[in-house]
Amino acid sequence: MNVLISLAAVGGLFLLGTLGGAPGMGWIFGVVLPYLAVGIGIGGLIWRVMSWANVPVPFRIPTTCGQQKSLPWIKSNPLENPHNGLTAVGRMALEVLFFRSLLRNTKAEVIDQRRLVYTSAPWLWIGAMAFHWSFLIILVRHLRLLANPVPWCVTFLQRADGFLEIGLPVIYVTTVLFLAGLAYLLARRLASPQLRYISLAGDYFPLFLFLGIGISGFWLRHWTKTDIVSVKQVAVGLSGFSFDSDALAAAGSLFYGHLFLVCVLLAYFPFSKLSHFAGVFLSPTRNMANSNRSVRHVNPWDYPVKVHPYDEYEDEFREKMKGAGVPVEKE
Amino acid sequence: MPKPDEMSYYQQEDLLNIDATPPKTGWMDTPVDLRPGSFIYPGKAKNLKILDLPNPRDWAIGDDDWKLPEGWKKTVLEGMADRLSKYRSFKLFMDTCVRCGACADKCHFFIGGGDPKNMPVLRAELLRSIYRKEFTVMGKILGKLAGARELTEDVIKEWFYYFYQCTECRRCSVFCPYGIDTAEITMIARELLGLLGLYINWSIEPVANCFRLGNHLAIPPHGMMDTLEFMVGDIEEATGIRVDLPVNKKGAEVLFVTPSGDFVADPGIYTCMAQMLLFHELGIDYTFSTYASDGGNFGLFTSHEMIKRLNAKVYAEAKRLGVKWILGGECGHMWRVMHQYMDTMNGPADFLEVPKSPITGTVFDHAKSTKMIHIMEFMADLIKHNKLKLDPSRNDHIRVTFHDSCNPARAMGILEEPRYVLNAVCNNFFEMPRNTIREQTFCCGGGAGLGTDENMEMRLRGGLPRGNAVRHVQEKHGVNQLAAMCAIDRATLVTVCDYWAPGVLVTGISELVANAMVFTGENERKQNLRLEDIPGREEDEPREGDANDE
Ligand code: HEM
Ligand code: SF4
Ligand code: SF4
Repeated sequence: MNVLISLAAVGGLFLLGTLGGAPGMGWIFGVVLPYLAVGIGIGGLIWRVMSWANVPVPFRIPTTCGQQKSLPWIKSNPLENPHNGLTAVGRMALEVLFFRSLLRNTKAEVIDQRRLVYTSAPWLWIGAMAFHWSFLIILVRHLRLLANPVPWCVTFLQRADGFLEIGLPVIYVTTVLFLAGLAYLLARRLASPQLRYISLAGDYFPLFLFLGIGISGFWLRHWTKTDIVSVKQVAVGLSGFSFDSDALAAAGSLFYGHLFLVCVLLAYFPFSKLSHFAGVFLSPTRNMANSNRSVRHVNPWDYPVKVHPYDEYEDEFREKMKGAGVPVEKE
Repeated sequence: MPKPDEMSYYQQEDLLNIDATPPKTGWMDTPVDLRPGSFIYPGKAKNLKILDLPNPRDWAIGDDDWKLPEGWKKTVLEGMADRLSKYRSFKLFMDTCVRCGACADKCHFFIGGGDPKNMPVLRAELLRSIYRKEFTVMGKILGKLAGARELTEDVIKEWFYYFYQCTECRRCSVFCPYGIDTAEITMIARELLGLLGLYINWSIEPVANCFRLGNHLAIPPHGMMDTLEFMVGDIEEATGIRVDLPVNKKGAEVLFVTPSGDFVADPGIYTCMAQMLLFHELGIDYTFSTYASDGGNFGLFTSHEMIKRLNAKVYAEAKRLGVKWILGGECGHMWRVMHQYMDTMNGPADFLEVPKSPITGTVFDHAKSTKMIHIMEFMADLIKHNKLKLDPSRNDHIRVTFHDSCNPARAMGILEEPRYVLNAVCNNFFEMPRNTIREQTFCCGGGAGLGTDENMEMRLRGGLPRGNAVRHVQEKHGVNQLAAMCAIDRATLVTVCDYWAPGVLVTGISELVANAMVFTGENERKQNLRLEDIPGREEDEPREGDANDE
């Protein structure tokens, strides 16, 4: 159910986008909507991050995954159990760039009907890394459309990415990894009964959306042989606020389908689970140093609570305490 | 016929036949099955009254009507809104989960039970679904399609069941790519339930005791004297040494705070005795306190406010007695509180000094703000400086493994100190498999207030991963003792081992230290601190020499 709704939604949105190829619609789908989407995306992201950043962190609660820094002769593990700001940054870098925690993944199984064993389960990590890193590189590659002249690093990345030199135009490695990664993530969500059980429409939708963007992009490059000059004109126009009706009209329906899905993505991500990419940076169990006992952490909303003070305690038990030889304050 | 609160009611084959296939109905439409053996009795009115908690009343889990207070729904939603504006962790963890499922088979309750709602991600969704409905636009508009649902009494019952089936062990958080800590979500959910007067008696009664008497077990000051004096007698019988017994001693250098389980419960008392012996041998100027008579803090399993209420006595007592610094005993959740909450909640402890070992002169700089160190840090330093005379061969009949307790491992990272100490006092120390120790350690299955017999089924299921790892080293290396630096472990793992790895005894680390220590003026040491004969030492035979060869 959640799967079909998400698939249908992405399909519908794509078809809606292709309307941009109709006469006169280029302005809406090629100019108005992209700006709107960028606006919502950036505005939404700021709102989202502020909605977290405005909430205080009352306690210092890192999850420690290695030896603490204590006695000088015991080797500590600063990247798994950071003791200061710098090492905490190191830990975060490992999380953000290499999905450190996901790499720990294991699979628990009962074998021989009595033995529990844990085997390494790296595929989720591999799929996620393939998908995320390719996505990043693909984004950077797209700068060649938006910028004039094309920065050297983008050209370089593009060359490197096409090193396999298969196909004409050359097929990029990242495109393949991106789609393969996504396909794996979707397949595992569908194949595992537990994952299917917890998955919401909001879990399938982004996967289909990315797949839609990836496939339509691949199609644009390798089948329809899009009028790349017009597309570049549209894109450069967007980044420079100057628009050309002829180019907008010439860009083609398929291009608009692709572009519209990207717009949907931009407008959708701050309000969905995709905001995890910003959230991970704020996660208190990961970004805080385990310096708990050496540096006092202050809770901004700390308030006095009802306690049971010593005098009341002694008042209640004084005679008994004296009888048992426990020293007291008031004889 | 055995009953659901007895171990023998459960067959190993049945428990091992774990079916993790989710039910046909979606999780929102699957009602909670409150079967005896898998839940804990409600908090009694008298305990709630002692603590001024809302809605004190007597009720039972089996009742249809849980007697929720008037306007309960508003109370819960306001409670959520309040916490969403106070805890970034809570807000963020509600928003960022991608349901990748990496945390699912990391939870001992899911591994041992297969109930999908014990997957940490789904446990969190039980609360997150209400969050979506009430606090997000998507959830308000799309409803169920966005994973949102109404808050009903059935949801409250489900929360009560599953948030008291989480031991707040934080293992899931190690594996989550965003560090989402389901323990944190559980803590908040329990606070929300608390607003309605929903507590479990197994934790709220200790809390009430602790508030009134300073310790969970309701030991009054004179009772504490009795039990400590009794221990002094036993120590003398085992070692021939009469140790002194400083209690509430003003001007002592060190306040020793330990879990109260070590004052009365077997095998914790041997750990306490061992520590008294150690302090005596080294001539440490320390004191127990009858007022701060528990470092353990079941407030952690109740609410943040309750942590603070129960913890306040520690610094207050340190100040009253005029000690220089605080030494903490072997306890797991106590150390979560001492390490991650105490200074923030009840500090600054500017009236204390940075802990400094009176024997080695080591200054424990890593505790320069909190002014409290762990007994294993203290001991490791002593051993490193050769200040303890040890004869590890006295422990040669013991083949020991070590259970990392959740909180010291995942909320502190005190992993090497206990291993260093164990290696110094035992010749036969064997690690359990890699995925079951250190930061990946498995819970005993009975932490966070769940270690009561009425919860036996869940304890045995939750204890399966740990029990299985113990049995593995038992079969492979002949392990016969499990060391754990946690008072809850010393109670709950006894059951887990008896069931999953019978023949393995549970011990504290200090106990092994004292049994290996050579004390000035000791007797022949034919008995250990449990007053059992030590194998191989019944006969008179020369022994000290060969142990010191290495
Ligand atoms: C700092 C940057 C980021 C980090 C650390 C990060 C991390 C992760 C991790 C660890 C997962 C879980 C594994 C998985 O299910 O694949 C994940 C899932 C996902 N991420 Fe990211 N991510 C980042 C940025 C992004 C961005 C910018 C997007 C796109 C807007 C994105 C889209 C997704 C999607 C769609 C999934 C879900 C895959 C599934 O359903 O299984 N991520 N991310
Ligand atoms: S590992 Fe983290 S992100 Fe993945 S399902 Fe569990 S809580 Fe959610
Ligand atoms: S904190 Fe521990 S018990 Fe709770 S959900 Fe996570 S793994 Fe399970």
